[in-house]
Amino acid sequence: MKDIAVEGISRRWGEAAAVDDVSFTVAAGTLVALLGPSGCGKSTTLRLIAGLDQPSAGRIRIGGADVTGLPPARRGIAMVFQSYALFPHLSVAENILFGLKVRRVEPAERADRLRRVADMLGLAALLDRKPSQLSGGQQQRVALARAIVAEAAVCLMDEPLSNLDAQLRLEMRREIRALQTRLGMTMIYVTHDQSEAMTMADRIILMRAGRIEQNATPAEIYGRPATGFAGRFVGTPPMNVIPAAAAAGLPGLQPPAGPHTLLLGIRPEAVRLDPAGLPAEVVAAEYLGADTLVETRLGGSPFVARFAGRVEARTGDVLRLGWGPEAAHWFDTGTDRRMN
Amino acid sequence: MTTRARDTLIGWALLAPAMTLLVAFTHWPALASLIESFYSTARPRRPARFVGTANYEQILADPVFWQAFSNNLLYAAGTIPVSIALAILMAVWVNDRIPGRTFARVAYFTPTVLPMIAVANIWLFFFTPGYGLLEQITGAFGLPSHNWLGSPETALAAVTVVAIWKEAGFFMIFYLAALQAIPPVLAEAASLEGASRWTFFRRVQFPLLMPTTLFVLINAVINAFRMIDQIIVMTRGGPDNATTLVLFYIYQVGFSFWDTAYAAALTVVLLALLGLVAFVQYGILERRVHYR
Repeated sequence: MKDIAVEGISRRWGEAAAVDDVSFTVAAGTLVALLGPSGCGKSTTLRLIAGLDQPSAGRIRIGGADVTGLPPARRGIAMVFQSYALFPHLSVAENILFGLKVRRVEPAERADRLRRVADMLGLAALLDRKPSQLSGGQQQRVALARAIVAEAAVCLMDEPLSNLDAQLRLEMRREIRALQTRLGMTMIYVTHDQSEAMTMADRIILMRAGRIEQNATPAEIYGRPATGFAGRFVGTPPMNVIPAAAAAGLPGLQPPAGPHTLLLGIRPEAVRLDPAGLPAEVVAAEYLGADTLVETRLGGSPFVARFAGRVEARTGDVLRLGWGPEAAHWFDTGTDRRMN
Repeated sequence: MTTRARDTLIGWALLAPAMTLLVAFTHWPALASLIESFYSTARPRRPARFVGTANYEQILADPVFWQAFSNNLLYAAGTIPVSIALAILMAVWVNDRIPGRTFARVAYFTPTVLPMIAVANIWLFFFTPGYGLLEQITGAFGLPSHNWLGSPETALAAVTVVAIWKEAGFFMIFYLAALQAIPPVLAEAASLEGASRWTFFRRVQFPLLMPTTLFVLINAVINAFRMIDQIIVMTRGGPDNATTLVLFYIYQVGFSFWDTAYAAALTVVLLALLGLVAFVQYGILERRVHYR
């Protein structure tokens, strides 16, 4: 098992920095998700760790060794690409064995490892097929198999599930996480899907515009988002972030002292109907079965509330909304930083 | 008139101009050649008459045809593998991120743009005994003078070199297009696995280029057997028929000796040969080609 340390890496193209002074560590045998909207630098960070791209500044260590200048093949990593990058003219078996053949592993051992990996991922019956004869999910498994068969201590994943349908994605999430735990791999998993990051990762590194917004466990990032952006990005529906003034009339609301103009973040699921609460005009209501999402306007700002079960709310109705004091997240209007 | 009938009519009307040209100048002449090959050549006092397979029997017994045929095989064996290998090499090279690659691409493609007549004349100068470019170079090293196009031993090889020079750049364009259709992520995946540049080429790029290779190969074979302008400019088939290729021989028989019936029979043989080769190539290679 190997850990990964990224120390102050940047990647610039001329003036623009895709990755700007990013540092983090990944403990051996854990899964860290690099999460963020498209263009936030998460994929570039992964490519820098893989060695497919060279950083403009900073160092990368894998298992303590500085690999910054090494070619990808000598970093002891495996990688799964978003498009799978399967060789279209080679059979499934040949695809999986490609790296082992390049590295001149003994044929007997190759066969042995192929069988093990194929059994593990349920590919045994498909070994003679070409990638074009496989479904998306099967191709995904082949890509995984190719990464696993290398028995590298570190596995990098670049949005591996984004080309699959929703149902399959849920299945593969569990499967990848189970494999990662079972094989004790250190894994960096790039995704723009916060639910993927929440369900799979030991830690989430949330990125925005080339910088790290927050590096925390899923529970922390949900419970104590470091910025308004983090609050809005993690959780569905996203956190309501409104100017503090819009909620000024609510009794028991205690904004942190200071000269700052504040934003108030309230998770939709923390909102409850409260006769003493603030009046909010209903804009729309969506009934989802287990709960109802009610979109309202509160003090002029859009505000979504989530109630368990079915709530009768018609457009134009006025609801009184409240929340516990522990549900309030305060952010600075200027810096977006958490204040409480 | 129903819509359907009108559509059909319009369809045929649109096809007609191209169809007329094809029928008048391709299909009918081909058929006419086939028919004519079974007749004797018409002379002023002796009209053509049916001679059965006499023309074909003559071909079998014609030493010049056999020499032209073996010349052509040598010419094909010399030009095709070398120009394809060069084309792949150049394409792989100018496909990579090298400085000045646009210039390199243009430079490689230039010979294709030049008309063969011009190319042949340039190379005539290169090969000229005494003061040609080649002679000047070999002379600088103190080597004896040699008449490259004038000696039966070297004339065919000299002509072959020119064809390679002209064709490689043309084939390169097809390979370049095919290489650019290969997703770059495959190269990244291979480099993660530790594949060298050569391994990546041998195991990934070359197999993925097979459809292009098949296409280029068939074109190269056809080109090799229909080469004529270069021969006319450079050697006129000489010396002593050393550079006479099949199509040039047909041209000579048909338009120098005016034995049109015999030329027609030779043409039919050439067409049948080319058809056979294309058929075999598709039949054998098709199964080994991976199409995406």
